[in-house]
Amino acid sequence: MRYQLIGVNHKSAPLEVRERLAIPESRLPDTCRELTAYPGIEEGMVISTCNRVEVITHTVNGSADLRGFLHSHFHLKPEEVDPHLYEFREKDAVRHIFRVASSLDSMVVGEAQILGQVKEAYATARAVGAVRGQLDQLFSRAFAVAKRVRTETEVGSSSVSIASVAVELAKKIFGDLHGKTVFIVGAGKMSELAARHLMAHGCASIFVANRTYERAIGLAQKFNGQAIKFDDLYSTCDRADIVITSTGAPHAIFRREHGEQFLARRKNRPMFFIDIAVPRDVAPEMGKLDGIFTYDVDDLQQAVAGHVADRRQEAERAEAIIASEVEKFEARAHTLDVVPTIVSLQDHLETIRQAEIDRVRGRMGQLTPEQEIAIEALTRGIINKVMHTPITTLKTAAKEAEATTVVDVVRRLFNLQVKAKDAQQKDAQPVSKKDKDEVGSRR
Amino acid sequence: MPLLWLRFALACYFIGLVYAFVALSRTSDLFSRIALHAASLGMVFHFVSLAELFLSGHMVWTSVHNGESLLAFISMSFFMVIYAIYKTTSPGVVVFPVVFFLTFVAALDEQPVLLTAFVSHKGWLAAHIFLIFTGYAALLVSFGASLLYLLQERRLKAKKPSSLISFLPALEVIDQIGYRSLLLGFPFMTLGLITGSVVAITTYGHVDFLDPKVLLSLLMWVVYMVMVFTRWNSGWRGRRAAFLATFAFVAALAAWAANYFSAIHRFAAS
Repeated sequence: MRYQLIGVNHKSAPLEVRERLAIPESRLPDTCRELTAYPGIEEGMVISTCNRVEVITHTVNGSADLRGFLHSHFHLKPEEVDPHLYEFREKDAVRHIFRVASSLDSMVVGEAQILGQVKEAYATARAVGAVRGQLDQLFSRAFAVAKRVRTETEVGSSSVSIASVAVELAKKIFGDLHGKTVFIVGAGKMSELAARHLMAHGCASIFVANRTYERAIGLAQKFNGQAIKFDDLYSTCDRADIVITSTGAPHAIFRREHGEQFLARRKNRPMFFIDIAVPRDVAPEMGKLDGIFTYDVDDLQQAVAGHVADRRQEAERAEAIIASEVEKFEARAHTLDVVPTIVSLQDHLETIRQAEIDRVRGRMGQLTPEQEIAIEALTRGIINKVMHTPITTLKTAAKEAEATTVVDVVRRLFNLQVKAKDAQQKDAQPVSKKDKDEVGSRR
Repeated sequence: MPLLWLRFALACYFIGLVYAFVALSRTSDLFSRIALHAASLGMVFHFVSLAELFLSGHMVWTSVHNGESLLAFISMSFFMVIYAIYKTTSPGVVVFPVVFFLTFVAALDEQPVLLTAFVSHKGWLAAHIFLIFTGYAALLVSFGASLLYLLQERRLKAKKPSSLISFLPALEVIDQIGYRSLLLGFPFMTLGLITGSVVAITTYGHVDFLDPKVLLSLLMWVVYMVMVFTRWNSGWRGRRAAFLATFAFVAALAAWAANYFSAIHRFAAS
């Protein structure tokens, strides 16, 4: 349970900060590798969505300098980012991950996308070997918990996604959406979803522009729309009433002067920009123009705040589920905690047995195979009988909170490790060859 | 009797007035329905009042009070037409207070003020009043719509959750209400001014272009035309349109106020 987590989300940090921490999908594997190479970190993964950037790790000794990692990785000054960071450890980290996966920490509580995004981040980190035993357990449990929350509560039902909020806002601007034109800039799942919602509410035609023209064609075909070359973006954009933009461009692609051009060509008919890109695609300056309405990810969050209230009750039930799941997970983790102790205890006694048999062999000379088997069975029997009670006690204790105390006592009794503190910290690791050697050499 | 009916109407319009103030701060479906029913009832009383006045032969075309009452009624009719088309009571925010004020003044227990000039062509005068009042009502609605447009635009730009639950209709709907009443009002206003000139010419033999009433009416008409043109040509809306509409509205008020300074369009207590 040496989980440690650091991050920012839509509540803790403004978009300007999240923009700087966002990691493009293509760089995720490298970031994961870098993370696991960082001192004090055993396993690590990174979740980077438009609403959150989180670094989740399993550390060597329960406390790694994750802030230091963020500062060096993003070349940030501590004062720029530190006020916005939250950090969780152990049980709190587990709870946080469960909440994130179950979409209770989302901008729109109950939206389904976050689970998919977490799963992708997990798969990426796993593929590069940054996620192994500990994080593996945590996340497989988190996915199960998310499923449980989804099926047992109404949190996810009639999900008010960003997409449907975008539709409502569009209706506040245009009234009837029939006959309106939508322009998707940057083909992505999110923008596709928003476009689908808008079409369902009557929007008539659609344009798609993407850096990769083939992807634009693919998406345009899905909607019976028209693909536009990215170079023609500015010359065609004014034909759209609603623009959904989500490119991975590092800088704003729509600036004030573009907005002025569009409005002049449109005879000042209003335009609605839904900017779901992080970093933002629409410069804030452009949104100040009369007749241009820009909603970025944060604004959409504010707009949905009203809806969230309806779900508070369901969210409370979901929180209760999470609380009980965290308890269960913790108990299970403790069970795992005693396993290494049991293994080293077995190893310890086995070494003693082998040594004693060797000594007896030296005195008695060559033994017959029957004698060998008899001695083997006798010594093994004694050891198993002796070990039975301590092992049972350890396993029982593991299910309660006293596991560490019992582990401590057993280790001291059998002199498995000299320092009790170290024992506590090391016993959760899978027993490595080095551990066994240490145990053996201390005889 | 007509005065009594008018006062009943006034009581009903008062509910509309209260609605106008409340609607700005909160949204209540129930209250807007109550206001709508009260306004409809008020219109019935108002209609009875006007009809009785007309049928009894007491309708005095040159009376200011009768004119105010008629203008209020036409404005209310506009409001109802908009409600029938767009199912929104929000123009009431602007229309109700104006209607209430006009009805209130008209319902005062005073001798009606009359035009001092003797008018020979009653038919032309009636046409002039009807046309120009329709123009005024349209201008009022258009002015109201441009204010509501600004308000809604500001709400959408403020990006607060309340922007989704505001009492205002969609921005484009407000825009359409404003633009359509503008377009509708223009011919009425123009024809109203022409008939007015005809009445003036037949009464005085010429139109005195230096008279404040004539000057201000012309100014109002020019601003009105500029509004229609900028809207048609470059789609002016929002702040600029609201500025023009306010200007036109003030010009209209000034033209109305000019009745007290004009030599040819003067009212005086009979």
